[in-house]
Amino acid sequence: MSTTTQDAPVEQAGPDEEETNYLNHETSIWSWLTTKDHKRIGVLYCISLAVVFLVAGVLALLMRAELSGSGQTLMGNDTYNQVFTMHGILMVFLFLVPSIPAILGNFVLPLQIGAKDVAFPRLNLASWYVYLAGAAFTITALLTGGVDTGWTFYTPYSASTGGGVLWMTSAIFVAGFANIFTGLNFIVTIHKMRAPGMTWNRLPLFVWGMYATSIVQVLATPVIGITMVLLILEQTLQIGIFDPALGGDPVLFQHFFWFYSHPAVYIMILPAFGILSELIATFSRSRIFGYRAIALSSVAIAMLGFLVWGHHMFVSGQSAISSIVFSLITYLIGIPSGIKVFNWVATLYKGSIWLQTPMLYALGFLFMFTIGGFTGIMVGVLSVDVHLHDTYYVVGHFHYVMMGGSVVALLGGMHYWWPKITGRMYNETLGKIAAGLVFVGFNLTFFPQLVLGARGMPRRYANYAERFAGLHQLSTVGSQILGLGLFLILGYALWSLAYGEKAPANPWGATTLEWTNTTAVPIHHNFERIPLVTRGPYDFHLADEVFGGGDGEALSDDVPQIPDPAPSAPSETDPTESAGV
Amino acid sequence: MATETAPAPTEREEAEHDHHPEHLQHHFVSSKQQFDSAKLGMWVFLITEVLLFSGMFVAYAVFRQWNPDVFAAASGTLDQAMGAANTVVLLTSSLTVALAIHAIKQDRVQRCIYYLLGTLGLAGGFMVVKYFEYMAKFEHGVFPGAAFDPHGAHYEHLAEMTAAPQFFSIYFVMTGIHGVHVIIGMIVIGVLALMAWRGSFSSEWYTPVELTGLYWHLVDIVWIFLFPLLYLI
Repeated sequence: MSTTTQDAPVEQAGPDEEETNYLNHETSIWSWLTTKDHKRIGVLYCISLAVVFLVAGVLALLMRAELSGSGQTLMGNDTYNQVFTMHGILMVFLFLVPSIPAILGNFVLPLQIGAKDVAFPRLNLASWYVYLAGAAFTITALLTGGVDTGWTFYTPYSASTGGGVLWMTSAIFVAGFANIFTGLNFIVTIHKMRAPGMTWNRLPLFVWGMYATSIVQVLATPVIGITMVLLILEQTLQIGIFDPALGGDPVLFQHFFWFYSHPAVYIMILPAFGILSELIATFSRSRIFGYRAIALSSVAIAMLGFLVWGHHMFVSGQSAISSIVFSLITYLIGIPSGIKVFNWVATLYKGSIWLQTPMLYALGFLFMFTIGGFTGIMVGVLSVDVHLHDTYYVVGHFHYVMMGGSVVALLGGMHYWWPKITGRMYNETLGKIAAGLVFVGFNLTFFPQLVLGARGMPRRYANYAERFAGLHQLSTVGSQILGLGLFLILGYALWSLAYGEKAPANPWGATTLEWTNTTAVPIHHNFERIPLVTRGPYDFHLADEVFGGGDGEALSDDVPQIPDPAPSAPSETDPTESAGV
Repeated sequence: MATETAPAPTEREEAEHDHHPEHLQHHFVSSKQQFDSAKLGMWVFLITEVLLFSGMFVAYAVFRQWNPDVFAAASGTLDQAMGAANTVVLLTSSLTVALAIHAIKQDRVQRCIYYLLGTLGLAGGFMVVKYFEYMAKFEHGVFPGAAFDPHGAHYEHLAEMTAAPQFFSIYFVMTGIHGVHVIIGMIVIGVLALMAWRGSFSSEWYTPVELTGLYWHLVDIVWIFLFPLLYLI
């Protein structure tokens, strides 16, 4: 599939010379498979993750199709169990956790801080191969009998089912390293590779989001690693750590599992916050409101995220005291999340709002993430959770955060950076239609699930009582609209690779370095000269002057290309010194 | 960015590249930046290692809290003399690897190689002692997991204790994963010694030696926690 990407010839240069860029300076398949260029690795990740998202998304559609009527409609109970398990595992471990950092983080982060590459390009490539190894293990798990434990692998159930579990847990162990490599790389890159003048207070908020994410990745992922190792040893050598039949403690497994998997929720949503800050600022043409509050609330969420894992275990038999403490800390997470939402809304206020497709996704995010966060507070309430635990309410809640938040932000980000990645514009009309379909389809799918759960519909069942039929069918119709929207996006994205209009260097009149200081498609080394940063990241007065600002002016050809908004640095300077590390 | 007016940048860049030292990768501005990045990266990696082991320490704490008597009795069957000897061996190896870094900073390549080989030898000694310890346990049927079937003079009493398998599962898993880290360290140190012998390192560039030293200290520190927690309770 990489060939389709590289075939898109991008000529932004004048008629006399054809400009080389990161896509066409080498074109063989081998050059892609051995690339150490962060931009190309981002593209490789994009293709692999798109495949995983497609498979896991089709599984979700199959599940909803099975639930279109009570009784058996499409598949048996055992198949249904395997389908929802694979949907969960693929979406969480192989799609959502790596998604935004591996695709957009890899592509955008070094560009935004004015670096030539991430700190460890080889490790970055290794991350992709390790990820592929994890995917191969997953396929092996499917071929060796599948997994039906749910994505959580709770013991003793996971200890008593077949061989697929062994491969699946190995897959998660292996794929975890891919995330650790990415997180480690980003932390070092942000600390040490910033361009001269790019102080911490001038970092674009996407970078802050990635920084907070990387901290969580580095601190949480090893714990799921050792948990999976212990689970594997328990299956092979019968050591008794988690399995009660061997003298182990199943609640200990839940503690270990959620010590990773709750922070993993923040691995999925923090980068989405980062994207959102970029979109909201650029498409309201106004300096972001509360820059430091947004930046530091990401870090606060990353830290608090480690202290709330017990709220997944209110009914597991942990002590009442710890349940109360976990519940209280869970409320605290609402504060930094609220700070972000209020700041974004304040940025919109009196902004000059430009409703391009990425902005539609950003506004959809604000709506859906707010519902996701609010329902999250509700399941964080100890007494309410006893009623809602293991119902569709929880399913609805985390889909509002993961899909309505994270994936919608990813879609917005992909549209926003698509011109920079591919050098082509997508079709704006189709983009808006698809954004509408996704918004309507998503809410139609998952809002009924909140109602279902509140009325007592348990999750993970292939069947349901007749009184739930209406809402289930509504949800199934919604999932089909959502699927239609996503396939439409896939369609016009592929179309734009070949036939899309050529993108100008800065179609959105954005202010960050990846738009202002690179060619339409960045060159192999990103910048012709390393930029010298002299102002904060969201100075739209200058961007409006230089790039024509919003409302489509930037898209027209007659925009005067006035000088470098950020001048180049003297080449001998050590950026770490001048950036005041 | 005025893309049209930019002068052909490639020649200029290549000219700059010529001044760079051989070891300096293209995306770094200076050797110092490259060295600092590598070191920070290694520290972050060590944090992930600490968290990897922390999971096992938590499991240890939980099961010991529940069965303090069993843990004390089972711990009594471990060979404290061998454990103490291994602690000394590993601490000494941390010293030698530190001396290797010190030597290469002063361009004393020969001395650096000797210290690296010394570290390698001590690490090998550690694994040999560990091998004899494991074998002594296996002889008496003290295996991790399902095969646990203690017999023989000092081990009979373990058979009646329900949580004894937990202690030995944790013992074998923790020391086993620690042992894997020692072996990985030995391979890396061996490669370093070979590279040093080929003259790859100098006071200008010795990043791999420095990073491996950091890693080796972590392996040492983990053992310093393992020894009292497993042997001395």
